[in-house]
Amino acid sequence: MICLGVEGTAHTIGIGIVEDIRGKCKVLSNVIKIYRPKKGGIHPREAANHHAEYVADLIKESIKKSGVNFDDVDLISFSKGPGLGPCLRTAATAARALSLSLDKPIVGVNHCVAHLEIGRGTLAGCKDPVLLYTSGANTQVIAFAEGKYRVFGETLDIGIGNCLDKFGRTIGLDFPCGPKIEDFAKNGKQYLDLPYSIKGMDLAFSGLLTAAEQYYKNGEKVEDICYSIQETTFAALTEVTERAMAHTDKYEVLLGGGVAANKRLQDMVNTMAKERGARFFVPSKDLCIDNGAMIAWLGLLMYKSGVRMSIEETVIDQYFRTDMVDVSWRD
Amino acid sequence: MTKKIIYRGAEAEITLSKHMGYTVVQKRRIKKTYRIKNIDDKLRSYRTREEAKLMIEARMHGISTPIIYDVDLLNGVITMEYLRGKRIKDILNRVSEKERKRICNKIGESIARFHNNNIIHGDITTSNMILMDDRIHFIDFGLGEKNSEIEAKGVDLHVLMEAIESTHSKHSKCFEYVLEGYRREYRGNPEHVINKIDEIVKRGRYR
Repeated sequence: MICLGVEGTAHTIGIGIVEDIRGKCKVLSNVIKIYRPKKGGIHPREAANHHAEYVADLIKESIKKSGVNFDDVDLISFSKGPGLGPCLRTAATAARALSLSLDKPIVGVNHCVAHLEIGRGTLAGCKDPVLLYTSGANTQVIAFAEGKYRVFGETLDIGIGNCLDKFGRTIGLDFPCGPKIEDFAKNGKQYLDLPYSIKGMDLAFSGLLTAAEQYYKNGEKVEDICYSIQETTFAALTEVTERAMAHTDKYEVLLGGGVAANKRLQDMVNTMAKERGARFFVPSKDLCIDNGAMIAWLGLLMYKSGVRMSIEETVIDQYFRTDMVDVSWRD
Repeated sequence: MTKKIIYRGAEAEITLSKHMGYTVVQKRRIKKTYRIKNIDDKLRSYRTREEAKLMIEARMHGISTPIIYDVDLLNGVITMEYLRGKRIKDILNRVSEKERKRICNKIGESIARFHNNNIIHGDITTSNMILMDDRIHFIDFGLGEKNSEIEAKGVDLHVLMEAIESTHSKHSKCFEYVLEGYRREYRGNPEHVINKIDEIVKRGRYR
């Protein structure tokens, strides 16, 4: 079975085509285009315009790269939420148009769950992980428990990626700021005290952001601030992940989301996993960031388990929560 | 000194040990090599101190907790009384309905005493309560804090509600009994706190 997935929750419009090979995911093509605001943060309408402009070309490109024809595609899926309304609507419209014109079935999927399933689908040995999902808007620790994907911990204010981007903009960096902050951090030497905010298994980053900006205003070295931000926030992320692993008694950990590309975060989670005797997984970068292949793969899993949606049911949901998903494809 | 690990959590390990001839429990916050020493030292020492403070304060307000013998901030160790009792989790399903009601009432009264003094336990589950000499002792204040907000108290009770639903699901009235005790002992209007529980449930978070 072959599925074409349309991702469009925020900055990224992506088309991925995947094939089910005996329960494992083979990515045939996975192309994306990222909206980069000239100034400030993401503007939802402008991002949606960007997606509308490129989505048709991306669909053509994905088919070309995949080596299959439109006729070979059995299913269309799209990101139903959570995300920015205008972006979600644009991606859903493209998916509906494809579904109607090709006369293929369509399903809408949860973006956060897709980040977890693409790890299970593509990485050997990754069967029942705790996912640390870190991106611009989302920061969640997700695991399968009692028939559902449940959120064991999450940010109470801003996402970790958002925190990094906001600090990056303060010091004059362009989006995405994470990789540049990672570079600065490598040359940081002195740790500057920053708030470490964990409540149970939840996190908060806005206080730390304010404190970091204050250090910058006071003339502390950018390298030292970046180093301190990474060390503090990533330690907190690793700690809540470990708590979720202990709580659910699981011995696999998976990273997902744009910030998962950060080597220092990977290092920390890997070290934690080793000390617990757990296995550490991180998908390749193109499958970590927002992409169409993960949407396609989750759509395929849902369809195979019997999920069907009429066009009328393919409404988007900006606030689609991870634990609202009816998980029909796992025991 | 011989040590026997009786429990290992995400953050700490609990060992049985000897202290001045007595069998004691030691809660040791383990060094985490994934974070830099600076952060690790600060967190372990701060949390050890806060936990010990909360336990002592709770005891001063008439709630049973293990007696603390020693606090070692450098190594993140609390040495405390070893309670030779039974976990509420293990006995609550086995006793008679009348006894269950009596125990749950007492639990509710104790939680109200916490909240009367703005102590939030942070992880009230029946595994964190030990019955000894007909007193319910509370352990593991690792997620606790001082907080006077109704919201924090509501969350505290909500944690217990969820724990009871999952571990004592056959005895559906347990949580009602807890609230009975809570209402009796809480200074201020207990309904403000209890109404919060519904609100938290509707937010649909967690388990």
